[in-house]
Amino acid sequence: SSQSEVEETLKRIQSHKGVIGTIVVNAEGIPIRTTLDNSTTVQYAGLLHQLTMKARSTVRDIDPQNDLTFLRIRSKKHEIMVAPGKFALLLSLLFFVIYLLNPDI
Amino acid sequence: MEIVYVYTKKRSEFGRQCNFSDRSAELHVDILPDPSQMDNYIERNPCDTPTQCAQEMSEHEVNTECFQTETRGINHVEGGWPKDVNPQEMEQTIRYRKKVEKDENYVNTVLQLGSLMEHCIKQNNAIDIYQQYFEEEEEVSVGDEVQPSAKTINVFRDPNEIKRTATGLSWHPDGAKKLAVAYSSLEFQRATKDMCFDSYIWDIDTPYIILTENPDKPEMTLKPVSPLVCLEYNPKDSHVLIGGCYNGQIAYWDTRKGSQPVEMSSIEHSHRDPVYKVIWLQSKTGTDYFSASTDGQVLWWDIRKMSEPTEKLILDTSKKGNLDNALGAISLEFETTMPTKFMVGTEQGQVVSCNRKAKTPAEKIVCTYSGHHGPIYALQRNPFFPKNFLTVADWTARIWSEEIKESSIMWTKYHMAYLTDGCWSPVRPAVFFTTRMDGTLDVWDFLFKQNDPTLSLKVCDESLYSLRVQDNGRFLACGSQLGTTTLLEISPELCTLQRNEKALASAMFERETKREKILEARHREMRLKERSRSEQGKEEEAKDEDTEESSEDLVVRAEKEFFEVVEFELKKREREEEKSQSKADKVRVGYREKDKLIKHSTGNIALQKCVVYSLITGIVNYQ
Repeated sequence: SSQSEVEETLKRIQSHKGVIGTIVVNAEGIPIRTTLDNSTTVQYAGLLHQLTMKARSTVRDIDPQNDLTFLRIRSKKHEIMVAPGKFALLLSLLFFVIYLLNPDI
Repeated sequence: MEIVYVYTKKRSEFGRQCNFSDRSAELHVDILPDPSQMDNYIERNPCDTPTQCAQEMSEHEVNTECFQTETRGINHVEGGWPKDVNPQEMEQTIRYRKKVEKDENYVNTVLQLGSLMEHCIKQNNAIDIYQQYFEEEEEVSVGDEVQPSAKTINVFRDPNEIKRTATGLSWHPDGAKKLAVAYSSLEFQRATKDMCFDSYIWDIDTPYIILTENPDKPEMTLKPVSPLVCLEYNPKDSHVLIGGCYNGQIAYWDTRKGSQPVEMSSIEHSHRDPVYKVIWLQSKTGTDYFSASTDGQVLWWDIRKMSEPTEKLILDTSKKGNLDNALGAISLEFETTMPTKFMVGTEQGQVVSCNRKAKTPAEKIVCTYSGHHGPIYALQRNPFFPKNFLTVADWTARIWSEEIKESSIMWTKYHMAYLTDGCWSPVRPAVFFTTRMDGTLDVWDFLFKQNDPTLSLKVCDESLYSLRVQDNGRFLACGSQLGTTTLLEISPELCTLQRNEKALASAMFERETKREKILEARHREMRLKERSRSEQGKEEEAKDEDTEESSEDLVVRAEKEFFEVVEFELKKREREEEKSQSKADKVRVGYREKDKLIKHSTGNIALQKCVVYSLITGIVNYQ
């Protein structure tokens, strides 16, 4: 069933090398699925939500036909990857993955 | 479905029906025009009436009360749960989440985004897109054509009204975030009663804006009993500083204990003249230092016992320990890699090299190097080649080799202004800095250019008195006569070690040393020949007893000759002028000739002057 597919997808992503955490957030900022603790999740959700909106509006301002497909934020320690859901009238799902670069294993 | 409301009222309740009837017109009022009223009015002809086809607008002003705004942030702690879900209750939140997960939209979105996300993750895993290529290779400096430069980062001014000279500078040993500056007035009897004695420690990160608004904001003040001429941080303990005072005493501070000195050396055993330099020694306890002053003594002290020096050396080159004969010391040099040797730069222009570990005081003074005409304000060994040292005095800076005692191996040209301080760059063996009395800072790169400084910067209008480079070679501080300390940053070309620089510098120093050695050998030969010839000549001279002219006669004769030459040249010029004036059509040629003549004649005069001067000095030396 589709439910199990979703489960499988999320599990697969989490199991990739270098992935620290996965968060699935909905429009209201409620984390639906997360592998991190709540406070971190909420912090990421709140901050990245705004940034994604800004990024998307920037892309649309430059070219209205264009749209944001993916957002990568690369920092010294990590990389945050944001896949925004289809932006309908209301904002729908965001999907975050936090990815570790240069893992010190 | 239509919404209908039925409202009923009886006809009889409405009131009587209106009945209209016709009526003929009636005249109520008739006001006729009154011609007599015309006299009250003046006819205006023509009338100017402007027309404007614009919107009619009106203007309004509103002034509201000032509205105070404040910007605040919100720390979002919990997600935006809908009203009916209580975030504290686990059951409700779980139920809500499950509901969302069942939503069709959710499933589709997650599957789609999931594949997109996986793609990117796999990209990341496949190759490191920010990999540094060619990390091991050194960056080839593109800036060969780039001009070296220096930039003023910060300026610290003396906050007192009566400005004193910044005579000593010392960088903080750890990280060099602080700069200690010693202020005093070195001009003879110029210090007024109101002059402040304090010296300051500045934090170099103080933003320039704060300094200009609140210029008297040093990080710490040091209050000695007499103005400090020099100041040094202890390289082992960054809280301890020693300062040499104008009255010959030495004081030491601990910055944790406040502005007053912790202890001062006793007056009876201190120097009798201002202490021009103090240097910390390398010892196990880290409490030893030595000081030099123009009273001719070099004293060794221990911080723990400041009542009297542990050792004393009198700079008497005749090695008799005679204080009257002693040379006044103005600068000291000590290299921690050679702890038994040290050098002293004197007021008389000689550098005295000493050995601390000699058995007798006479053996302490090993040798002297002479060649300067004035007091040696700076003396420093090259950090890469300790056998070579730099001296800064009179109008030149000279580089010496320890082996050659008669003269320096390399020197700069004679400048127009006195040189006041200098030091080597700690990172590049052939680069050194000098400051001048006209406020210029020179950066010399001897491998690149020897005739002129590589970079010459006018730091301020008054003379610069002191200079210190930070250990990373990037920042330097220079202090001026009005107490302004300027912090400069040098461009990277001047503070990164170039390829082969050490080898080239070493080759250069060796080459110059060899040249001087050869010259010295030649001079010795010539002197020997002269001596043997004069021995023969003396026998002949004994025959004709020519009375030796006394030195005064010689001087008078030289003066007379000089003035004769000058007069001759002047007369010649007058003659030429008359000639050129008469030849009106050949004016231009005449001028050119006159110019040539003037040049020639001034050249002649200069030459004559040199000859006479050397004659006079020769006579003086002979005496």
